[in-house]
Amino acid sequence: MYDLLVSHPFIAALSAMVALALVFGGILGYAAVQFKVEGDPIVDQIDELLPQTQCGQCSYPGCRPYAEAIANGDAINKCPPGGQATINAIADLLDVEAPTLDEEHGEESEVKKVAFIREDECIGCTKCIQACPMDAILGAAKQMHTVIANECTGCDLCVEPCPVDCIDMIPVATGLGDWKWSKPPVTHENLQLIASDKQPEKDGAAA
Amino acid sequence: MTKIWSIPGGIHPEENKSQSLQLPIGDIALPEELIYPLNQHIGVPATPIVEVGQRVLGGEKIAEAKGIVSAPIHAASSGTVTAIEDRTLPHPSGLSGPCIVIAVDGKDEFVEFAGCEDYLSLDHDTLVQKIRNAGLAGMGGAGFPTAVKLNPRANQTIYTLILNGTECEPYITADDILMQTRAEDLIKGTQLLARILGNPQRVVIGIEDNKPQAIEAVGMAAKDSNIEVVSFPTKYPSGGEKQLIQILTGKEVPSGKIPADIGIVVQNVGTAVAAYEAVRFGKPLIERITTVVGEALDTQRNIRVRLGTPIQHVLAEHGFVAKQASRLIVGGPMMGYALEQDDVPVIKTTNCILAPSKKELPPPRPAQACIRCGMCAEACPASLLPQQMYWYAMAEDYDKLEAHNIRDCIECGACSFVCPSNIPLVQYYRAAKGTMRQMAIDKEKSDRSRQRFEFRQARIAKAEAEKEAKRLARKKAAEEAKKKLEADKASGTQNAAPASNPAAKNDVVAAAIASAKASQATPEEQKARLERSLTSAEGRLDKLQQRHAEATAEMKEKLAAQIKQAELKLQDARKKLADFSPTDQATPGAVAVPASDSDDPVSAAIARAQAKMTMAPDEKLRANIESLHKRLQKAEEKLAAAKADNADTVDALQAGVDKLKAKIADNEKELVELGPVAAPQPAAAEQDAASAAIERAKAKAAAQASMSPEDKLRDQLQSMSGRLEKAHAKLEQAKTEGADTVDALQTGYDKMLAKQGKLRDELRALNPAAPELADSTLATAAAPTEPDAATAAIEKAKAKAAAQASMSPEEKLRDQIESLEKRLDKARQRLAKAEADNDENIDAFRAGVEKNEAKLQQAKADLENAE
Repeated sequence: MYDLLVSHPFIAALSAMVALALVFGGILGYAAVQFKVEGDPIVDQIDELLPQTQCGQCSYPGCRPYAEAIANGDAINKCPPGGQATINAIADLLDVEAPTLDEEHGEESEVKKVAFIREDECIGCTKCIQACPMDAILGAAKQMHTVIANECTGCDLCVEPCPVDCIDMIPVATGLGDWKWSKPPVTHENLQLIASDKQPEKDGAAA
Repeated sequence: MTKIWSIPGGIHPEENKSQSLQLPIGDIALPEELIYPLNQHIGVPATPIVEVGQRVLGGEKIAEAKGIVSAPIHAASSGTVTAIEDRTLPHPSGLSGPCIVIAVDGKDEFVEFAGCEDYLSLDHDTLVQKIRNAGLAGMGGAGFPTAVKLNPRANQTIYTLILNGTECEPYITADDILMQTRAEDLIKGTQLLARILGNPQRVVIGIEDNKPQAIEAVGMAAKDSNIEVVSFPTKYPSGGEKQLIQILTGKEVPSGKIPADIGIVVQNVGTAVAAYEAVRFGKPLIERITTVVGEALDTQRNIRVRLGTPIQHVLAEHGFVAKQASRLIVGGPMMGYALEQDDVPVIKTTNCILAPSKKELPPPRPAQACIRCGMCAEACPASLLPQQMYWYAMAEDYDKLEAHNIRDCIECGACSFVCPSNIPLVQYYRAAKGTMRQMAIDKEKSDRSRQRFEFRQARIAKAEAEKEAKRLARKKAAEEAKKKLEADKASGTQNAAPASNPAAKNDVVAAAIASAKASQATPEEQKARLERSLTSAEGRLDKLQQRHAEATAEMKEKLAAQIKQAELKLQDARKKLADFSPTDQATPGAVAVPASDSDDPVSAAIARAQAKMTMAPDEKLRANIESLHKRLQKAEEKLAAAKADNADTVDALQAGVDKLKAKIADNEKELVELGPVAAPQPAAAEQDAASAAIERAKAKAAAQASMSPEDKLRDQLQSMSGRLEKAHAKLEQAKTEGADTVDALQTGYDKMLAKQGKLRDELRALNPAAPELADSTLATAAAPTEPDAATAAIEKAKAKAAAQASMSPEEKLRDQIESLEKRLDKARQRLAKAEADNDENIDAFRAGVEKNEAKLQQAKADLENAE
């Protein structure tokens, strides 16, 4: 045997490779069974990043279905409520180039909005209640409905079904509670110019 | 000398404190209007407790604290509440918020303050409550409600109380001058706070060494107390809470914790004085010392200013020249914020109003690129890496910012101050912090949204599943029902024989109807038809009775009902036949034969008896004997069968057989007697005798039958009276309603009455003493069905029948007449009673009486004839 291997290096190499393949194959096979992960962890991660408005603007019935679609290779730029920030985050997660928002699915809104029912016009048809993915509309048949503003994600799915058009999407007013300092304006010229080269705009206009 | 520590970093900006210290504390005129934002402190805004138009006095509470982390607000002077509305707030955002506006009346009247001399003897809770009610909030600038800070959690023992007299920000001298002028009050206030906090081991007043006068004054005041007065080198931002703790104790407050977690409480010196005033004199927080400084002002000094005074008014009092001012800053130049409008009020935290000239504090220079010099890191008092944080803040990489502990940034501005590129670093951090806070809120909300959405999906799915399950259950049930139906159908085709039973019945009924209607048909045809229907009815009855005999006890009831029906039908058919047949008219009594269970022999006997009427007596007797023999034979057969089956009718059958034998013997004897008398008897007598014989035979046959015919008759009578009752009720109803069916109903009722009469006659023929006959009330006719009474009646009837058999026709007739008279009497009595009671069955009684009379007459006529 030894002589055979010594005299035929090719066979020796081949048998060594086969032996290694068997050993590692066995290890991998064991690991695949023993350390199997239930579900798709990437879907959960993507779902975490999505804004959970459940608005369906991505053409999927909710955020999780879209997360699943992304995990299966769909485009990541179909979420207007999440906007560029969400796209960037998902791109980061999936290690792909971050595309810009697909305008086909809607535009990113600067202002957060919530639904508001003009209550004296409401006829109590419950259509908006059925449409709300968040259970954020309170009311009963023939009773006035109202939106629980805290739970409203601003998906505007309730606007379409309303037979009397009494639902408005109103921007959320910024109060002291959620006021924050704004980031200083980023002027790339400023950052890249040498200080002495910087010409104040006013002076430039005067000259 | 107390040991002091050092903090990392720090800067030494130009102090600019002397400008405002040139003049003593000043007072300014009352403004026309005082404005009180409801949220002057950190925490929940206060709730207004005044109404528009209400007059308030100085020191009166105008808004109540809402929740723990909140503080009440007091009016600083007397006046009228003119509005509770949104006004621009003294806040970096420049946003508006709810404010109470008071128009000052100038009288400056105050409520009486409830002071307390011996305040140190009060307990902790009372003192805290007093401070809370006074509306105290940290006067150093942050505005945290003082009462909350003085009420540490149970697990937080306070070892050190630090009074912050550092005032490290340039320009501001409010605390300096306070310490200079009110050192005594400060010490008393410090002792009060120490008392409230459970007398910590160490009480320190920390003052920067750039305030020698204040150090001296406070040191003098604190000489006789255990309060340490510590001065330390001036460095910005040593006045920061965490930095001061580090300087005075060498301890660092852990990231994300508060000083109380390491047993330290820090209070501003101004707060201590206010606390003393609140407890000692009951004076709420209605004024404070504020530095008004800046080259854009004529007068720069510290003033005692009422809270709520518009900054506009303060500036006007100090000769503010708007043109000279580069901007208006609330707070110091390092950490203050620029005001866009000057109509905002002085609030609890306003320690400085800075109106610098353009030269004094020029607008920030344009930011340039970061040169990564690292000076910011050297200046940072919190040992952070401002440069790194800057890059991450620019890139909005919040995870990395988190990792670089951006939360520990105190936003002191040292990094921006030292930055050679004039990068507004703090603004980046503030923006990033705000965004992160917002993101945390959004994340929480999105998690809740996800949860709500998933719950909704689950709920809908569950409802759907329930619906589906119900649908399936329904479907299954429907399929099973279908299967069962099919199975029934299959078995129905197999059991065609029982199914044909009702059909046969229907046929009989149809035949009966047809025969009833066929009045226009020829007499022969009618007769033939009637006979056919009679035979078929008899056949059916026979069959039913056979089955009855075979059937089990529980089936018997059903069958008995069926038998009864069949018997009724048979009777009907017979009656019709009798009505039709002219030969039968002579023997009306014999027409409605009692329907016995041996109909075949009985009807045969009837036929024979009818035939016999035209026969010679000897022939008749012979025929009688013959038939009796036949019957005996049959009865014996039946008895044998019953015996074999071990049926309960054996006894009855045995009795029947015995009787038949006796009768045969009788008849044979009669024949022997009759034998020589060849002369034909008179027709009437012959007929009578014949009919009597028929009756007797029938009675006998009935009695001999396996079942007691009397019982049957009684059953019939019972059902008939029930039907009669119903018919009567219907008739009455129809009459009252005036329905057009009255005539038909009346006829039906009459017919039924006639039938009942006949039935009764039959029963009478069988057993004249039967209780039913005596009792002619329709409703109660069914009552005497007790076996004892019935058997007794049967015995009687039998005895009578036996006696009659040996009687001459005349005697029999007399007997009959006698009994008839008795019955008539009874019936008349009953009728009278019914008339008296106005009984609804009175008609029936009357008919019964009439019938009885008719019968009696007939019997009498017969007797005459016979005689």
